[in-house]
Amino acid sequence: MDIAVLVKQVPDTYSERKLRDDGTLDRAAADAVIDEIDSRGVEIALQLTEQHGGEVTVVTMGPDRATETLRKALAMGAHQAVHVVDDGLAGSDALQTSAALAAALKTLTFDLVITGNEASDGKSGTVPAMLAERLGLPSVSSARAVSVDGSTLSAEKIVDGGYAEVTASLPAVLSVSEKIAEPRYPNFKGIMAAKKKPLTTLGIAELGLENTGGAAAPCQVVSSSPKPPREAGQKVTDDGTGGSQLAAFLAAERLI
Amino acid sequence: MSEVLVLVEHAEGAVRTITGELLTAARRLGSPAAVVVGVPGTTDSLRADLTALGAEKIYAAESDDVGKYLVTPQVAALAAAAQGASPAAILLPNTVDGKDIGGRLAVRLGSGLIADAVDLDAEGVATQSIFGGSYTVQTKVTTPAPIVLLRQNAISAEPQAGAGEVTALEFSVDPATATTVTAVHVEPAGDRPELAGAQTVVSGGRGVGSAEQFAVVEDLADALGAAVGASRAAVDSGYYPQQFQVGQTGTTVSPQLYVALGISGAIQHRAGMQTSKTIVAVNKDPDAPIFEIADFGVVGDLFDVAPKLSEEVKARKA
Ligand SMILES: Cc1cc2nc3c(=O)[nH]c(=O)nc-3n(C[C@H](O)[C@H](O)[C@H](O)COP(=O)(O)OP(=O)(O)OC[C@H]3O[C@@H](n4cnc5c(N)ncnc54)[C@H](O)[C@@H]3O)c2cc1C
Ligand SMILES: Nc1ncnc2c1ncn2[C@@H]1O[C@H](COP(=O)(O)O)[C@@H](O)[C@H]1O
Repeated sequence: MDIAVLVKQVPDTYSERKLRDDGTLDRAAADAVIDEIDSRGVEIALQLTEQHGGEVTVVTMGPDRATETLRKALAMGAHQAVHVVDDGLAGSDALQTSAALAAALKTLTFDLVITGNEASDGKSGTVPAMLAERLGLPSVSSARAVSVDGSTLSAEKIVDGGYAEVTASLPAVLSVSEKIAEPRYPNFKGIMAAKKKPLTTLGIAELGLENTGGAAAPCQVVSSSPKPPREAGQKVTDDGTGGSQLAAFLAAERLI
Repeated sequence: MSEVLVLVEHAEGAVRTITGELLTAARRLGSPAAVVVGVPGTTDSLRADLTALGAEKIYAAESDDVGKYLVTPQVAALAAAAQGASPAAILLPNTVDGKDIGGRLAVRLGSGLIADAVDLDAEGVATQSIFGGSYTVQTKVTTPAPIVLLRQNAISAEPQAGAGEVTALEFSVDPATATTVTAVHVEPAGDRPELAGAQTVVSGGRGVGSAEQFAVVEDLADALGAAVGASRAAVDSGYYPQQFQVGQTGTTVSPQLYVALGISGAIQHRAGMQTSKTIVAVNKDPDAPIFEIADFGVVGDLFDVAPKLSEEVKARKA
């Protein structure tokens, strides 16, 4: 089975993340990395193709340097990569991103599309469902386990208070939770091999996209402002009375 | 006045709290219209509550298919209601299902979507709190029928009775895009409040040391009437189930009081709790980053401090 995995390059959550004055992400402010959730998507795709055969294509939309993220996924073992890149795509919202990614996916053959359940920068968590709707496919979100039997996808999906067992027929869109799998580390051989694997770039013209970019986005940022950071309050060292001092603080704050 | 559609969250014949919050936000923009998607009979059991919370109209989208399929019945029902009503906005809870329903609906209706809004004003401008609360962003949708996913517990419900007029709504699920639910395994929620909406949260981290020792966290939570949370390290170590994870990739909480026990305060944990009104922490390490954001910190062993605090809380209550 052939699998397309969406991978996004995001600011490293270990560094400080910033917005520019126009409300768009300041991509220079933090190190850019493959979103951890997407590396889990690549991992489960590799496991599924190791079991069932087929190839893994990783797909990203982002500026030039997002190629680094594709190379990382190729080094893990993905077979080829597609980079949707065009200056005219800058500032896209979720609806526009899903249109571009859906158009790119239509240039491929696949039995399954795997995404993360939520990007760590945008946190919208809506791109997977938008893609499924655009592609006319069934979808499962927040999977913690998945298996494929013939043309049937079975998954355990995290729900409030537990999980649900669900099935859908392939092709389908699957978004994974962080419980799906631990991503493998690329080894030296993988990193060398990644340099030679095919990487296709696609732009607005090739994909036939309209109404692209921030100015045409259905969602417009009106204003944005940083919040002052929290300040540290009182700190005491427990000498046997720490619990009582804490209780006294909570009582003074009328919290107990 | 234009209708504002609200997807009703309900479970076991009862309306969930977020529904009241959504109806309150809807009233700022137009006439609140609750959309009930459920098996036949559901609307009858919810009608009184929805009316009291502010629904002027109640769409009854009932079918035996609901519950058999993931989200596509809700998408079909909301699309049908939107086609008839040309709503000023469509409001959904910012939950996993809400995102799936909203995402599909946005494409189907060509509507812009705002996820994880913490406020919504009469002009349809939504407020978002991003990067773990370090930025506030105001966003507006330029297309008709904007879809807004509202974070739970972000605005308070102000019930104000509506007319509660019930209208049946026809819809059908396209089998080509349907995902079938074959089994659901959920633990009963018990007496503790739901994590995302709780007024008080007591969380344990890797410092708690084992699943058994999480009883210390639970005891304090019960003394405070709080929900229990956990860090990702505690979840990964198998001390506590994943659904209780607080942080960037877990639940975002914003309670009146957050108690962190044996949690270092990594940036990804802080992202899910630093907008809490008051934060207190117990940690053995005086340099733990959690102290940078704690209003009151105790440097000490959580197994000494937490039980003493529980006792004091119980004593004050008695
Ligand atoms: C992409 C990504 C997403 C992430 N998402 C999340 C998330 O959603 N939520 C989250 O929590 N983390 C998340 N993390 C992980 C995060 O980086 C930290 O690893 C994690 O929060 C650490 O959990 P902890 O504080 O319990 O454990 P540790 O960092 O191991 O801290 C344990 C603390 O307990 C203290 N301690 C030990 N024993 C005692 C005792 N007896 N009494 C008092 N104190 C004691 C120690 O001093 C220490 O400070 C994410 C990481 C990444 C990369
Ligand atoms: N620009 C992008 N390039 C590749 N994948 C993306 C992009 N945006 C979103 N995705 C995928 O969709 C998932 C959910 O993203 P979001 O809906 O933005 O939170 C991510 O984890 C990715 O797998």
